[in-house]
Amino acid sequence: MMKHTVVAWMEDKPGVLNRVSSLFRRRNFNIESLTVGHSETPGISRMTFVVDGDEHMVDQAVKQLDKLVNITRVENFTARPAVIRELALIRVSAAGSERSEVVQLTDIYRARIVDVALDSLVVEITGPESRINSFINLMSNFGITEMVRTGRIAMTRGVGSVTHTGEVSPGWRPGTNQWTLSNGK
Amino acid sequence: MKLTGAQIVWECLRKEGVDVIFGFPGGAIMPTHDALLQYPEIRHYLVRHEQNAAHAADGYARSTGKVGVTISTSGPGATNLVTGLATAMMDSSPIVSFTGQVPTTLLGNDAFQETDVTGVTLPVTKHNYLVTDVKDLAQTIAEAFYIARSGRPGPVLIDLCKDVQLSETTFEYPEDVRLPGLHLSPVPDSDALAAAAELINEAERPLILAGHGVVLGNASQELLALIEKAEIPVVNTLLGLGCIPHQHPLCLGMGGMHGEFCTNQAIQECDVLIGIGMRFDDRITGRLDEFAPTARVIHFELDEAEIGKNVPVDVPVIGDCKDTLAAILPYVEEQRRPQWMDTIRAWQAETAKREITELEFEDLIPPYVMQQLYETTEGNCFVVSDVGQHQMWEAQYFPHQRPRQLITSGGLGTMGYGVPAAIGAKVGNPDALVWAVVGDGGFQMTMEELGTIMQERVPVKIAIVNNGFLGMVRQWQQLFFDKRYVGTPIMSPDYVKLASAYGIPAISVSERSDVSDAFTEANSADGPFLIEFKVKEEVNVYPMVAPGAAVDQMIRRPEPRVVQGRRGTQPSW
Ligand SMILES: Cc1ncc(C[n+]2csc(CCOP(=O)(O)OP(=O)(O)O)c2C)c(N)n1
Ligand SMILES: [Mg+2]
Repeated sequence: MMKHTVVAWMEDKPGVLNRVSSLFRRRNFNIESLTVGHSETPGISRMTFVVDGDEHMVDQAVKQLDKLVNITRVENFTARPAVIRELALIRVSAAGSERSEVVQLTDIYRARIVDVALDSLVVEITGPESRINSFINLMSNFGITEMVRTGRIAMTRGVGSVTHTGEVSPGWRPGTNQWTLSNGK
Repeated sequence: MKLTGAQIVWECLRKEGVDVIFGFPGGAIMPTHDALLQYPEIRHYLVRHEQNAAHAADGYARSTGKVGVTISTSGPGATNLVTGLATAMMDSSPIVSFTGQVPTTLLGNDAFQETDVTGVTLPVTKHNYLVTDVKDLAQTIAEAFYIARSGRPGPVLIDLCKDVQLSETTFEYPEDVRLPGLHLSPVPDSDALAAAAELINEAERPLILAGHGVVLGNASQELLALIEKAEIPVVNTLLGLGCIPHQHPLCLGMGGMHGEFCTNQAIQECDVLIGIGMRFDDRITGRLDEFAPTARVIHFELDEAEIGKNVPVDVPVIGDCKDTLAAILPYVEEQRRPQWMDTIRAWQAETAKREITELEFEDLIPPYVMQQLYETTEGNCFVVSDVGQHQMWEAQYFPHQRPRQLITSGGLGTMGYGVPAAIGAKVGNPDALVWAVVGDGGFQMTMEELGTIMQERVPVKIAIVNNGFLGMVRQWQQLFFDKRYVGTPIMSPDYVKLASAYGIPAISVSERSDVSDAFTEANSADGPFLIEFKVKEEVNVYPMVAPGAAVDQMIRRPEPRVVQGRRGTQPSW
């Protein structure tokens, strides 16, 4: 079993997310997280999801998803060098002397305090999951009273871009139509 | 000029070349039914249940290769479609279904006859739409037809809010449809073709498993060219039957759960297995980890998601098999394979010894009915079978001649499919003889369609194989549940009287000697005809792969052991 990061581009139409989640449920794919938002192209949303499963499961997830009419492209990022990030908001109880400890740890993790109350703080942290996990571990010593995590988002490293139409080579000039697809469909 | 949404529906259908539609009216679709009056060139067939509209559209589609169309109302009119859509989805049959929906202002309010139809049908359609603005209507219909028939075909549903049917807009049918998410058949990849050809050229015991994709892709000629050039024997899936003629020397017939023993032996012994337009369903593979243990696998398939889904594939060849089969031909060497063919012939000879219908005996058994259907029609008819034992006997004993000749629910195994699908096939092929071959159980699930046959004058022929049981389930009870026949004995009405109540001529046959005459009479009758065959009750379909067993671990047909019985010479079962 392994965690795979997969990115899918979809038309921004009603019900699309329902189609995606219905497919995941029906085919018994283990989806650990799923994040959707706008992409660089108007009308196209970009979804990052994490499948917890073997090669066969992720292969099926990619191919079955690709068959949905509103999904324009699906790409497995797992084997590619990529920036992978997650964001978490954590409310930590911090009164009295514990307060400065939390502030210190927040600094070390390059997290940010985004809200302050008398006996608690809200910390915002972004980073790879492992860093967020270890920060949460530490914070649980003070008492986490509320938490929300976004799940993974991912972008490949290097000069090229990956968009809903394919791999865009570095020579691309927006608006000039000068780009090549190496893996377009 | 401005048209109403209802008019636009029919205008679009006209543009798509649709001249028949299977439907049932109701409140939320009334404006569209009403506008049909202005389009006399489109014929509406009134069915007796919306499920049967979908089956009829499915039978129409499978028999003609065109898209079948249904129309029904919201709520129950739409939920009744579900079985028919699921059947079409599993067997990749192109259907477009229109359903009425409550007005946009009431959406989500649990208004009278509101159901979340796009939600309900989402997993059983290739795609579906809810239309809330008349301006989107023409575009949506164009997309729906395009999606239904392109790539791997399937059903598409369009849910039409009532106010959309009533509001007006200028009508313009889109010239072409662009759907960025729909990946159509790619050009055959020459590396894959070369790799596949190399495997085939070096194979000693190659075997083709040909499925529904060959039929849907109209690729029979291309398949024949390949097998004849390289002498490769062909096994069919249930839905692949007829993609090459049964009498072809390289045709080994159906494989899998109720395939011939020799056919399954070939699967297990081959060294290169070439799946074409099929999906390695469990009914053909049997126990997966013992399936074709010595074979390298080549898979010609349009739907990439089928590659490696059930069986690991060495060489995938993605694309429409009509294109890929044509493209691989030049790479494949001309070959004869006398050794492999001799082995197969020997297996076939051994299997033939257990052919039950060659025996001399008196009982009326279903295989004989299937053979007589073939004999009296000279194989010149469509056969639309239902689901159960009779379906398997039809597959085994009716030698299929051509693609699309056999129409049956394979993937979903929907009882009740036979009669309504036969209506669809007959509507699509008015000059052809269309036989529905159904069980006493399945017939009673959709026999209300006798009403459609009567009212719409659809001269289909119906053969009911009456064995007094839900036979296939009874067989499993006999073999795996110690003969505890729970819920499987089934009574029948007097079918002759029933048919006559609808004005349909009918006879009941219980003697072997009357079978041929009965078929002959029915075949030559002008209108519809129904024959009930009262067959020997507890007969089993053999051979059979028990659930969980490998395909060559079959329960064989009993050796013909002829015994002297009360009624003379009888085989023992
Ligand atoms: C709608 C539906 N319900 C139940 C089944 C399960 N089933 C499969 S075959 C069969 C028996 C069919 O009986 P009949 O129509 O008399 O045909 P026979 O097997 O006797 O030839 C049943 C109940 C099914 N396939 N479809
Ligand atoms: Mg029966």
